[in-house]
Amino acid sequence: MAENKTHILVCGGTGCLASQADKIIENLKTEIEANDLENDVRVISTGCFGFCEKGPVIKVVPDNTFYTSVKPSDAADIVQEHLIKGRPLQRLLYKNPKNNYHVSDSSKIDFYKKQVRIALRNCGFIDPENIDEYIARDGYAALGTSLSEYTPEEVIDTIKKSGLRGRGGGGFPTGLKWEITRNVENDQKYVVCNADEGDPGAFMDRSILEGDPHSVIEAMAICGYCIGADKGLVYIRAEYPLAINRLKTALTQAREYGLLGEDILGSNFSFDIELRYGAGAFVCGEETALIHSMEGLRGEPTFKPPFPSVSGYFGKPTNVNNVETFANIPVIINKGAEWFSSIGNENSKGTKVFALAGKVNNVGLIEVPMGITLREVIFDIGGGIRDGKKFKAVQTGGPSGGCLTDKELDIPIDYDNLIKAGSMMGSGGMIVMDEDDCMVSIAKFYLEFTLDESCGKCTPCRIGNKRLHEILDKITQGKGTVEDLERLSLLSNVIKDSSLCGLGQTSPNPVLSTLKNFNEEYMAHVTEGKCPAGQCKDLLKYEIDAEMCTGCTLCFRNCPVGAITGERKQPHYINQSLCIKCGVCFQKCKFKAINII
Amino acid sequence: MKVKSLADLKKIKSDVQQKIKLREQGANAENIVQIKVAMATCGIASGAKEIMNFIIEELDFRGLDGIVTQTGCMGYCYAEPTIEVVLPGKEPVVYGFVTRDKVMEIIDKHVMKGELVDGIIPVSYKTIDE
Repeated sequence: MAENKTHILVCGGTGCLASQADKIIENLKTEIEANDLENDVRVISTGCFGFCEKGPVIKVVPDNTFYTSVKPSDAADIVQEHLIKGRPLQRLLYKNPKNNYHVSDSSKIDFYKKQVRIALRNCGFIDPENIDEYIARDGYAALGTSLSEYTPEEVIDTIKKSGLRGRGGGGFPTGLKWEITRNVENDQKYVVCNADEGDPGAFMDRSILEGDPHSVIEAMAICGYCIGADKGLVYIRAEYPLAINRLKTALTQAREYGLLGEDILGSNFSFDIELRYGAGAFVCGEETALIHSMEGLRGEPTFKPPFPSVSGYFGKPTNVNNVETFANIPVIINKGAEWFSSIGNENSKGTKVFALAGKVNNVGLIEVPMGITLREVIFDIGGGIRDGKKFKAVQTGGPSGGCLTDKELDIPIDYDNLIKAGSMMGSGGMIVMDEDDCMVSIAKFYLEFTLDESCGKCTPCRIGNKRLHEILDKITQGKGTVEDLERLSLLSNVIKDSSLCGLGQTSPNPVLSTLKNFNEEYMAHVTEGKCPAGQCKDLLKYEIDAEMCTGCTLCFRNCPVGAITGERKQPHYINQSLCIKCGVCFQKCKFKAINII
Repeated sequence: MKVKSLADLKKIKSDVQQKIKLREQGANAENIVQIKVAMATCGIASGAKEIMNFIIEELDFRGLDGIVTQTGCMGYCYAEPTIEVVLPGKEPVVYGFVTRDKVMEIIDKHVMKGELVDGIIPVSYKTIDE
C-alpha cells in the first residue's frame, strides 16, 4: 500500500457547489500542478459535510485542518501556506463563536457534527444478521447487568432519571409507563413493541429494525424483567419484509445464545418474543387499535382509560413502546441516566431520529439532540432546499402534525415547543416544502390520507373529515368562498374535540396549521381565484406572450390535446376551452413565451 | 452455544473484539480490506446487492484479500448505494452513489494505493463513545 499522501477534501454538496466549490477544486488542481505537487497531493470532491452555513468547506487530511467559507481565490494561499510551508491558513480556520478562538486542532474539529447517534448507534456499522458483531459493541451487556446486578425497580429508576420519553409521538415518560405496568398485579403481563410505522415519508423504525434488530430485542427483554412479563410481541407491518426477516434471524440467534428463552444468563428470568403482522392500517399505530388487531379483532381504537398498562392484550397489563424508544434503552443502562440526560434540553432528553424528506438536498435518516433548531436540521444537515428554491414550510408529525414556516425555523425542536408552535414531534417524519408547493393542496393531501385510514368507528372522524376534504377540494377548484374558510376552522375544531382516538383528534391539524400560517394563500384561492404556487390546475391558465413567441411550433407539436394553433414564425395561441393544463407547453418552450396566469 | 452468565457474555465480547483486532493487526493484515455495504431497503432498492456482488468478484479477480459484509442504513438515503471502506489502521471512509465504475476506481486507487477518490461522504455525526 502506498505511503500517506495529502488529500484535500472539498465539499461537493449542493450548497457548497452553489458557492463555487467546483471552481475551488479547479484552482487547487492548477496551483498544485504549478508547484509540481501533483504526485503528493490529491484533490477530492466529497458529499455534504453537514455544515452548509459556513460553506464551501474544505478538509485537509491527514492533519485534519478544516477551512470554512473558502473562495476560489484562496486556492493559491492554501497551496503556498499550508502545503508548501506547512502552516494552517489562520484566516480560513473556523472561528468558534463562543470564544472567538480559531479551531484547527483535529481533536476539536467535530464542532460541525450536529448529529449524535444513540438509537442509530449500530445502524450502518454492524452486520444486522450477526449477533457477535452486536455483542462486540456492548450488545446484551445492558440485559446482562440488569439481570445480575440491578433489581427491576433500580432499572426503572434509571430509565425515569434519564428523562426518556416515548419516541412514537406521544412523548409519555417511558420509565413512568414501565412503573405503572409493574405496579399492576397480574399473573401474566406483556411487552409490546409498536413497529407499525405509518406516517407518509417516515422510515426510522424500519431502518432501526433492519440495521440493528438486536437492540430492540434486548430492550424488550429488559422491559420484561422490569414489569414482570415473560412474553414480548412485536407488531410489525407486513410490508416491511426485510425488517421482518432480519428480526426473525436475530430472534433465532438470540435464542441459540440463550439470551431469549428460559432462565436467561442463569437469572431465573425467562422471556421470549413473537412477531405479529399488521396489514398496514395507519390507525393500528394507536396502541388500543394495535392490541385489538393482535387479538384478531378489527383494528379499531377503544376509549382510554383503561390504559393498556392496566388492561391491554387479552385484558392483561401490557406495556407498549415504540421501536426507537426501545433502541435507546440499552445505551441508557450502559452509560447511565446522567449521561443520557446531559443530551437534549430541559424537558426533552436525548436525541430524536428524523426521516428527512421532501424538497431538501440530503434526504435521509438523521439523529439529532433534542433542542436543535429546524434551521440547523434543514439547512445544515439537510443541505438546504433543492434546486436553489426558497424554503416555504416544513411538516412535522405526519398527517397528525402541522406545517411550520420560516418564522418557526429557530425554535428548538422538542415535544413541547413543537406543540406550542401548532405541530407535534410525531414519530419523526419531517417533510420540507418549497415555494412551488401549494399549502391548500398539501392540507388536502394529508386529509386524503386520514380519510383513507380512518377506521370509521366514530362520526366526527368518519364524516367530518370527508366534509373537510370536500371543502378543500372546492377551494382548490376555485369555487371556494370566504365563508368556507370559517367553516373549515369550525369543523376542524369540532373534529379535534369530539373524535375518539388520536387519529381523529389530530387529523385536522394540517388544515388548522396551514389556515393559520398561510392564510393569504387560502384567501388568494377564494377571493382572487388564484393559486400563488401554481399547483391547483383548475386555477391556472396558460397563455402565450405574442411578443416573446417566435413561432417555433414546439408547443404546437407537443400539445397532447391539440389546443395550440398558429402558423410557423407567427405567434401561437392556446384555445382555453381545449387546454387540459398539463403544462407541457410551458416546459417545452425555449423562449419563456408561455405564462402561467 | 448457550451464554450462561454475564461473564460468558463478556468473554464472547472480548473474543469477537480480539478477532477483529487480529484481522486488523495480524500477520496478513496489511492486505486485508474491509468493505461494508449498506443493505437496508433503501440501499437494496438502489442496487446495493448487485454492487456487493460486484465488489466480491472484483476483489477476487485481483487476488485481493478482503472482507465484504452487509450492514444497515447509514442514513445517507440520497446517496445510495453507499459503502464503507476500511483499510487496516485507517479511519473508515464512506462513499456514496457507488456504481460499478466507482467500485473499480475505489479498488484501483483507494484499496490498492491508499489514495482517496471523489464521492466521499464525510462523517457528520458523533457516536456514543465520543
